[in-house]
Amino acid sequence: MKVDLEALVALGARMVEMTPHAAALGLKFVSVEAGVGVLKVPYRDDLVGDPQTGVLAGGVITALLDHACGLAVKAAAFDTDPTATLDLRIDYMRPAAPRRDVIARAHCYRLTHTFEDDPDDPIATAQAAFVRAGAAPRPAP
Amino acid sequence: MTAETRAEARAMTAETRADRLAALLAAIPYARFLGMTAELAGDEMTAILPFSPHLVGNVALPALHGGVLGAFMEMTAVMQLSIREPQHRQPRTIDVTIEYLRPGRALTLYARADVRKVGRRIANVQVEAWQETRASPVAALRGHFLLSLSGS
Repeated sequence: MKVDLEALVALGARMVEMTPHAAALGLKFVSVEAGVGVLKVPYRDDLVGDPQTGVLAGGVITALLDHACGLAVKAAAFDTDPTATLDLRIDYMRPAAPRRDVIARAHCYRLTHTFEDDPDDPIATAQAAFVRAGAAPRPAP
Repeated sequence: MTAETRAEARAMTAETRADRLAALLAAIPYARFLGMTAELAGDEMTAILPFSPHLVGNVALPALHGGVLGAFMEMTAVMQLSIREPQHRQPRTIDVTIEYLRPGRALTLYARADVRKVGRRIANVQVEAWQETRASPVAALRGHFLLSLSGS
């Protein structure tokens, strides 16, 4: 069903309140615009993944990103059709700070299979993580 | 070393592993939030996630949230590595790639991690999660994890 931006805002709020796992994690709707969805997970002690550092578990970030991506797809299609995640790749840039909320902004950059000769319309994208041979392991603090 | 003391050493190792696993499950708040448990067969761990309504991502099907599948498999990798590499502190995730193969149904989810390579600083791990049929996995995860010696 095709919807307008106002309906997407209502959908974004519903997606975090009515989805049992999103509600259990305490996800909050932040904003939505064409092709973009923004959600937040407020810090909670019971979502910590590493008791030594006190930061949120990677799985919480995974669920937040997955949910935000689902909202971004709906915001790109301007419809409310359910989505299914095919794959998800997450690179951890740095550990989340303990006791801080985490915000996810998802941007849906490809929706159809149509192809035109356009530099803004790439045929492939890649993401990779590398180890630098010269970089010494971080010294013990 | 006599056969008897060798057997004793093995038994102690198994006990230490079980203790470490129990300590991890108890100490990680997020593992408790999910409701995760695990069983050991030697040094191979099977992680178990009994179905619970708070894990649902699609009420209509119903299906487990994609984030739950990813989270459970990442936690499986971290725990299996912790058991296999007891000299290291809890591994930190560098990256994970999750493949969703089938909807996760309102059933118990299992996962096993295959530690493909342990280097000096980085481990490569593959995880598969399934429900009723081991040969029909629900999702798979490949990831890299950073190892640091305990106390560092």
